[in-house]
Order: sequence, then C-alpha cells, then structure tokens
Amino acid sequence: MSRVHDMGGRFGDGPVVPEAGDVRFHADWHPRALALTLASGSLGQWNLDTSRHARERLSPKDYSRFFYYEKWMGGLATLLVDSGTVSRAELAGTVPPERSPLADRALKADQVAAVLAKGGPVDRPGTIAACFAPGDLVVARRFAENEKIDGGHTRLPSYAAGARGRILRLHGTHILPDAHAHGLGEAPEPLYAVAFAASQLWAHPEHPRDEVVLDMWQSYLTPAA
Amino acid sequence: MPHAHSDHDDPHALLPSDPALRVKALETLLVQKGLIDPAALDEIIDTYENKIGPRNGARVVVKAWTDPGFRAALLEDATAVVADLGYYGRQGEHMVAVENTDELHNMGVCTLCSCYPWPLLGIPPGWYKSDAYRARAVREPRKVLAEFGVTLPEHRAVRVWDSTAEMRYLVIPQRPEGTEGMDEEALMGLVSRDSMIGTALAGTP
Repeated sequence: MSRVHDMGGRFGDGPVVPEAGDVRFHADWHPRALALTLASGSLGQWNLDTSRHARERLSPKDYSRFFYYEKWMGGLATLLVDSGTVSRAELAGTVPPERSPLADRALKADQVAAVLAKGGPVDRPGTIAACFAPGDLVVARRFAENEKIDGGHTRLPSYAAGARGRILRLHGTHILPDAHAHGLGEAPEPLYAVAFAASQLWAHPEHPRDEVVLDMWQSYLTPAA
Repeated sequence: MPHAHSDHDDPHALLPSDPALRVKALETLLVQKGLIDPAALDEIIDTYENKIGPRNGARVVVKAWTDPGFRAALLEDATAVVADLGYYGRQGEHMVAVENTDELHNMGVCTLCSCYPWPLLGIPPGWYKSDAYRARAVREPRKVLAEFGVTLPEHRAVRVWDSTAEMRYLVIPQRPEGTEGMDEEALMGLVSRDSMIGTALAGTP
C-alpha cells in the first residue's frame, strides 16, 4: 500500500489556484522553516532521501492538514531525533538544551552561498550496465513499495505501478533512493525517463495522444513481454 | 523483512502546535545547542527571496529562442549549458530542457513531493506544491491547463514530466509570433515562471 504523499491521479482535490509570478512565500515563518531545514541538513546527519522519507512518514492525518512548510518542520523534528542530534526531552523542553558536539559544523552566513551553489549531485560512475535503450518497451514494478524494507521509501508512484511504458532516454547512473534512505548505501543504478501513454495509466484518459514521463531506476523495470 | 521506523510518537508533537511557534521553538533550540547560526538563516532566505528566481530561467529560454547553437546544446546537455551561465546548485544538479512545439506541449509536476529546478526558477509557487496540482496534473493536465486559462489545439499532445528522481525539467515555451525585432530584455518579459513549468504559454508583445 502507498503512503499519503503518493497522490498522483487522486480524485477530489478541487481546482488548482494560480498565483502571481512574484509570490515566493505566504507567511513569515515559511522562509524561516525552509532556511532551518537547509541549515540543519548541512550538518550532514542525514541525506536527501532520508529527509524525504521523514516527511512521508508523517501520519496521513498530519500530512493532509499541515501547510507545506509544516510538513518540513515535522520531517525535521523526526530527523533530528532519529539521528540523535536532539533528544525528545530537549524537543519537549523538559531538560535544558545541551551544547552539541556537532556545533563546530554549524553553517555560517559566509558559507551559505558556496553550500547552495555546490548542490549535491547524485550521478555516480556506472558500475551496472544499462539493460534498456530508447524505444524499448518496459513494465514498471507491480507494487509501488520498497523491495527490501516494508513500508520503506520508494520513488515509484502507485499510479504507474504495473504499467507498460517505453524508454525515452537514459539519464545516467544515479543513487537509488530506496537504498539510500535506509542506510543501505548509494546502490547507484541506471536511471531512465520512461513514457507512459495516458491510456496505460487511467481508465478515462483525457486525450489519446497524451503521456506521462516518469524517471525510473533500472530495478523498477522489467522488459515488456 | 526489515521494517521502516514506527509511525507513532511523531517528535513534532512535542513542539507547539501553532506552526509559526513551532518553527520558532525549533530555531531557538538549535541555536542553543550551537547547531544553527541565525545569520546563516537570514542569508539563505535572502538568497531565495532576492537572488534566485525565474529571471534565470527566462534568460535561458530567450537564449534558446535567439541562438540556434545554444538551443541545440541546451537540448543535448542542459546541465552543462546552464552551469556555464552560472545556474547550478541545490535542486538543479541534473537539468533537462524540454521544448514545446506545434505537436507537443510539455508540463512539469512532482506528484510525490515538490521537486523543482530552484537555480533556474527559484522557490516553487504555492499551487505547484498543492495537493490539487500534484494529484491532477498527471491525470487531467488539460483541465488543469484550462484553470490557468490555457487551451491547446486538439491535435497537440501533452507530455507531463513527473520528477520522481533528481532530474529537473525546464520547459522551453514556444516563441510568440511578432517578436522578431525584440531585444533580449524585452523577450525575457514574455517568459513567465508558469510558462517554464508548462502551465502557461509565453506572453505576447
């Protein structure tokens, strides 16, 4: 079964409400939450995939009612506690905060530009040969679930699970989130853009020529019979 | 089979329930522990409020419109080409440019979270992160486009790119007719943020 964040194709959410091109944040605490998340991430106690998984593990009730950056704060609290960076008692305010052994790694204002500009590329030297080439027909894994960890992180949305698609392009060899989110190493694999006809995904496709492209790791795919 | 962590006892429940107070409480705690420098937070906010935004992407689009060699290189390896312009960094490490034509309209979404090409477009708009857009863009993109006031010709296919990995997509909108004599700055004024996500067309002069 999927988690609540996996909402592609879901019914009932109502209209999309456009907004002016120069709107960036909707409350003062939003940019603060963003900055707090990025600065905490630079301590190096978790990776991008563990942090996504932390947000996805919010209860469906919380995930649905939280504002966007509230989910980030929920995820951050989980990451801080899971990594041992902050104790539950410190979060609850029942003990005085102890100075962290990581304090010398705290991000300084004059380091921000370089850290943001450096980014965190996830392509790696290819050690696994690419099995597929553009034009090949493939089938996505039947279950949109982590193969090794029950309830674990995956980037296969449930709406594409089991669907038949065609390889559009090979992006390179990228870290596998399903492993990386769970301390199982980077496990890099060939990553492809895979095109799925709308009629492969939906009982009532809007238009016969439309398609959805998803990026999928090699282990998400098998050759189409 | 190993199991993901328990879903119970979420640590955020230990913090104040009001979101603004929750952020404040976390910041205060992390500052007291020596893990956060508030000046660094100010610097991050200034970067995304004032330094990085959709004008970066618009510059790339206009170069693609006006320089065939640049366009070809961009479609071949967007990461290297936009990095040469100084646009690289967090959430833009792996770029792909996709071009709209008379036959094909491209549109980006992230159904699983909110992946977005930050170095080129800045922070994503509220609607991009909304449940409605994440849920509907893949199933009924034409209805979503209509909510943005865009109606495509019937013969034009829609290709929706769901950013499920670290690839980030920049849509190159079609250059409007009647813009032949315009300079780069004026052309950039026609390239809205939404047109580079694919929920709008480029403006007309």
